Amino acid sequence: MTANLVTIRNLMFRRSNRIIFDNIDMDFARGKVTAIMGPSGCGKTTLLRLIGGQLKPASGTVDVNGHLINKLSRKGLYEARREMGMLFQSGALFTNLSTFENVAFPLREHTKLPELFIRDIVLMKLQAVGLRGAHALMPNELSGGMARRVALARAMALDPQLIMYDEPFTGLDPIALGVIVKLIRELNDALGMTSIVVSHDVHEVTSIADYVYVIADGKVIGQGEPKILLHADNPQVKQFMQGLPDGVVPFHYPAKDYAQDLFAS
Amino acid sequence: MTKKLLEMNNQTDVQQLICQGSWTLANLNQLKKDYDQINWNNLKTIAIDGNAIYKMDTSGAWILQKILKQLNQQQTKFNLAHFHNEHLLLLKMIAAQETHLKEIPQPKRFNWLHRLGQRSYDQLQFIQAFLAFIGELSLIALRVIRNPRAIRWRLLLNIIETSGYQALPIIALLSFMIGVVLTYQMGLQLRTYGANIFIVDLLGFSVFREFGPLLTAIIIAGRTGSAFAAQIGTMVLNEEVDALRTLGIAPAELLVLPKLFGLIIVMPLLSMWANLFGLLGGMLMAKGMLGVTFYDFFERFAQVVSARSLWIGLIKTPIFALLIASIGCFQGMQVSGGADSVGRHTTRSVVQITFCIIITDALFSILFTRLGL
Repeated sequence: MTANLVTIRNLMFRRSNRIIFDNIDMDFARGKVTAIMGPSGCGKTTLLRLIGGQLKPASGTVDVNGHLINKLSRKGLYEARREMGMLFQSGALFTNLSTFENVAFPLREHTKLPELFIRDIVLMKLQAVGLRGAHALMPNELSGGMARRVALARAMALDPQLIMYDEPFTGLDPIALGVIVKLIRELNDALGMTSIVVSHDVHEVTSIADYVYVIADGKVIGQGEPKILLHADNPQVKQFMQGLPDGVVPFHYPAKDYAQDLFAS
Repeated sequence: MTKKLLEMNNQTDVQQLICQGSWTLANLNQLKKDYDQINWNNLKTIAIDGNAIYKMDTSGAWILQKILKQLNQQQTKFNLAHFHNEHLLLLKMIAAQETHLKEIPQPKRFNWLHRLGQRSYDQLQFIQAFLAFIGELSLIALRVIRNPRAIRWRLLLNIIETSGYQALPIIALLSFMIGVVLTYQMGLQLRTYGANIFIVDLLGFSVFREFGPLLTAIIIAGRTGSAFAAQIGTMVLNEEVDALRTLGIAPAELLVLPKLFGLIIVMPLLSMWANLFGLLGGMLMAKGMLGVTFYDFFERFAQVVSARSLWIGLIKTPIFALLIASIGCFQGMQVSGGADSVGRHTTRSVVQITFCIIITDALFSILFTRLGL
């Protein structure tokens, strides 16, 4: 068993003519929480899709637990995905199923367990996220934070080795935020899972991550433990980690001369 | 008469530009009018007095900045006098915005040839994507058929209920009315020649071979095909389809296959149902308009209309079902972006399904003629 669950080497990815990732290397250590940070639109979510095999890189390799994700057959890919859980930003619960059925869904699909077992496992997972009492509610009756927790319970249903969080902190009230932060850390430590968190919330990430990658313009511009990164010298990393409005990354989206726009007559 | 917002005072020894009142977005038109009334030529030095401005927002400041800029260009000397501090700050902010940025290249404009090429290429890609979808679907379908336990019976029954059972009333009503209309139109001609009884032949053949299956297909396209596209499209937007993939389930297997199988089962039955009501409508009309009794109708029907006509009509329906389900689901999968895209792809699904159904029907007619059926 290698120390890294996920290894990315020389990854290139482009969308039409825009290069999203330019030859990046990354390692995600087993049993740790690794965060990927970067400004909005830098391709963080795309990276998760590459790891999950939903997108194929132009070149380079994505290795998850010894499987080359981008070389797997369709069937192999679907099997490999059972070892990965993913938490979507919107929760992505199945709107026609109740909370209970949402969590039970992967179990029913991939196992032949009797109903009694399924019920116990589902309630156990819901208990872990503190929503056992909400098992009968439909997704539209849940608040944003609750939906995300149910989605987390669903992602964990099959006890995956790897769990990926896509912007788990966005748009939550402080209490719900605290709950999610606590859950990510606790589940990671208690279940021995490996977690990848994609986020741009510096404060939350530095509080739970063991290791952080900062990406911008398709490159890894900084990596290391969060404490070290907070005091990095690289101006780009510094601007991002300390949240300065203007700097290497300009405040203004590129445009033609403002004077021309306004005063041309 | 309201006070002018901008006025030139020539009474004093130095010309004075008096700004007053509310320099806000609401008064922008008035400001522009006042601005145009002033003769800006041949000014050497002016004093701009802003003491009487009691309210200024960014649009007001913008106009003022525009004036200052113009004065600068014609090399008029000016000084700002008695402006309130906050207005000066606003002006400074607006002025500061001017100098920031460099020009970027204009978005490229392409000529018609380029656009034509682009569209052709897009269409080719669309066809390729559709073929890939059909290929994937076929592979999954083969796998599921070999292992019938993998069929999702509950979803299948659900489709049969919503797309089949619940469509019965509307199909019955519309077929009945088509039967009535057909008989009326044909009856008018037949009556002229006193060939009333031939309405049975015409009605039997046309309903069995064409109208029953075609009408059913078009109703189901509008009713069910669009629903498939909208449902899957919304699931794509909600990331539910992505969630399925990450749970290790092929979306086509869960979302498309039950719909496909369900429609293939339901379509022939619905067509038969449409046939019955089409004939019923025609029969009632034949009695009322042409005086063909029910007994005569049935006797003639048994003589002239063979079961072959029925089969020829029904054999087309599974193909129609295949078109409806696959195009509807494919368009749903193509959704990306926002709610707008769901609407566009839903529309597109109905248009494409209807188009394909009519083309297929025409091909069948040619085939059957060649085969002499």
